[in-house]
Amino acid sequence: MKGKMAIIGDGDSVLAFKAVGIEAFSVNHPEKARDLLKKLAKTHQIIFITDALAKEISDTVAHYTASAYPTVIPVPSKNGSNGYGYEILKKEMEKALGVDILFKDGKGEIGE
Amino acid sequence: MARMNVNPTRMELKKLKARLKTAERGHKLLKDKTDEMVRRFSVIIRETKALRDEVEKDVAGVLKQFSVARGLMSKSDIELIFSMPSVSVELECTTKNIMNVEVPALQLTENRSAAKYPYSFADVTSEADYSVELAGKVLVKLVRLAELEKTTMMLAEEIEKSKRRVNALEYVMIPSIEETIRYITMKLDENERSGLTRLMKVKDMIAERDG
Repeated sequence: MKGKMAIIGDGDSVLAFKAVGIEAFSVNHPEKARDLLKKLAKTHQIIFITDALAKEISDTVAHYTASAYPTVIPVPSKNGSNGYGYEILKKEMEKALGVDILFKDGKGEIGE
Repeated sequence: MARMNVNPTRMELKKLKARLKTAERGHKLLKDKTDEMVRRFSVIIRETKALRDEVEKDVAGVLKQFSVARGLMSKSDIELIFSMPSVSVELECTTKNIMNVEVPALQLTENRSAAKYPYSFADVTSEADYSVELAGKVLVKLVRLAELEKTTMMLAEEIEKSKRRVNALEYVMIPSIEETIRYITMKLDENERSGLTRLMKVKDMIAERDG
């Protein structure tokens, strides 16, 4: 199956990814991002979304974990990461293992 | 543990014993499955974490670099230049099976055209070149991260589900079947004893009458 990629970001900086073959969409409001995500989920297999937006619409993002596609992944925005990506990892880890094996000191460093 | 609402008969007892056997076997299998999934999960999550560390750094770098580039050019120019990608990437999306969980498997093939950049150098600042080059490099990592993160999410979900099943079997289903079996055995023994006493009593009564 041929897949398509998209990136949703706040601000124009996601346009950089357009040059490497990812469809880039720039939105300035979380609700618009939500609508866009719902639309893109039908046509694209991988959707990157900057973490500031992803955090705002995390309920919609969580909606897409059940099946293999589409894959919705948070990426940091140009202002740097807000830790949402790590938050997801941490949540999944606690769900599956019940213990924290990566972020022992709570700073996002590898504990072992 | 609540006992099930069944008739204390030999037939029910036989049925329940068969069910207990199945439940115990299922419990063992599910427990093994969960253990293996947890093992794989902890391997994958470590890899995901390492990759996310890299990607967080790289993507922020790309976007920062690009915003510098954007600042040096007019908005309309930037949009014009970047709206025509010449580097087309092909993404092959399949699924693979980890412990009966369908996880995504992604394969990226880049068709780089002769020109490395999708625009002419005349109109574009070198900052934009850097950001595009960086974006190209980070793309491979991004795709791999997408694959891994999705795998972690789906495995976590599956582990949670099968843990719940193991617990339900271990702490609800199996004890309740055992309890019911005990109840039926006791009831049957009781019936047997009462039948025996009745017979002895009748025998006594007959002996008294005849004697």
